[in-house]
Amino acid sequence: MSEELRLTVNGQPYQIYVKPKTLLVEVLRKHLGLTGTKRSCDSGSCGACTVVLNGMAVKSCSILALQADGAEVITIEGLANGDKLHPLQRAFLDYGAYQCGFCTAGMLASAKAFLDENPNPTEQQIRECIDGNICRCTGYNSIIRAITAVVNGDYKEEK
Amino acid sequence: MIKDFKYFAPKTLKEALTLLDKYRDENKVIAGGQSLLILMRHGLVAPEYLINIKGISELDYIKSDVKEGLKIGALTTHRTIEKSPVMKNGYSVLAEMEQKLASIQTRNWGTIGGNLCHADPAGDPMPVLIALKATLKIASSNGERTMAAEDFCLDYFETALEPDELLTEIQIPPVPPYTGTAYTKFNIIENDTPTVGVAVSITLASKDGNCQDARIVLGAAAPKPIRAQKAEEILRGKKLTDSLLKEAGEIASTECEPISDIHASAEYRQELVRVLVKRVAKEALDRAQQY
Repeated sequence: MSEELRLTVNGQPYQIYVKPKTLLVEVLRKHLGLTGTKRSCDSGSCGACTVVLNGMAVKSCSILALQADGAEVITIEGLANGDKLHPLQRAFLDYGAYQCGFCTAGMLASAKAFLDENPNPTEQQIRECIDGNICRCTGYNSIIRAITAVVNGDYKEEK
Repeated sequence: MIKDFKYFAPKTLKEALTLLDKYRDENKVIAGGQSLLILMRHGLVAPEYLINIKGISELDYIKSDVKEGLKIGALTTHRTIEKSPVMKNGYSVLAEMEQKLASIQTRNWGTIGGNLCHADPAGDPMPVLIALKATLKIASSNGERTMAAEDFCLDYFETALEPDELLTEIQIPPVPPYTGTAYTKFNIIENDTPTVGVAVSITLASKDGNCQDARIVLGAAAPKPIRAQKAEEILRGKKLTDSLLKEAGEIASTECEPISDIHASAEYRQELVRVLVKRVAKEALDRAQQY
């Protein structure tokens, strides 16, 4: 039995039918083809599947898609404004804040939700904001540097 | 692979209770699902009917009252509690515990009621709530009842809830004068579940007075969060010295019954209890004196 699910992803409203056991990450990747969000540990430990849901960073592998009914979701595909990259994306590029790139979509989702909520965090708070995201290339320092650069105002939103 | 189930998403408490009554034994309630979905993915829980209560907004609140204390709706998220300014009125230990409960993502979506009903003996909130003498409000379609938080967990992942009941509210009484409460957990990874967690609450008769009341609660040290009652007893009525707190730790380590698992051996957990009780009691005492 499929159930109706309505949600907005990256500003685009969707109405789809899913089995109740479908996870949010499966809707994003399989139903909507938004494969920028990664599915990795599948147990809520690694944070690679992090997306922004109603302004909060959440793990899309640990939420039933139907629990996101009516929600607004932002994935990595929705960060940029057209071909203008989000300040966090530009900082990540400049600071080499990724190696294999698998954790990057989740890192950016966590960082975006966090900075929207707290635009002037301390370095300790920046570290805490990505503590639910594991980078197994262990590139944390460059990620911290990239987020710090955005906090310092080195990257403005391009109009 | 998650097994198929029939799904309900009631919008009111009344609707949810009716569904629980109807599907008594075959149902499972999901709130944030941050623990439940992992169990379902491993096939350890495979309900016929899944009742999603996350959308019941009437159970998402924090109320603070000087006389009645703190009331937290069961569907309040960990992050909401952690960020609530109300916690500063004597309940900062709750906010501190929530802040280290898990990753931000999990705290954003997971609820305090869901955590309690999951009844993991290593859960962070329960030891703190027992230390704060919390009461839990439980509802069914037949009415309501309350019980002391310490009576709620029965065994590993088992609670006193009947199949048609729902935890609706956590009630924490006003904190008496000269009371300090602290919680610390030992774990390898920051913000992970505790290898051992210890909550201690101490009430002094006056600023430099003797101990009037003490609660020592151990998490991940038995099949459910337990109070180290013999250790509490030796503190009551006494002047709290470092050597007495050390003795309380030694006694508490004999009162717990931990298991060995991949995180730690039983002996190691006992040793952690000995050290942490002393340390956390000292912190609670400092806070009580600064009241």
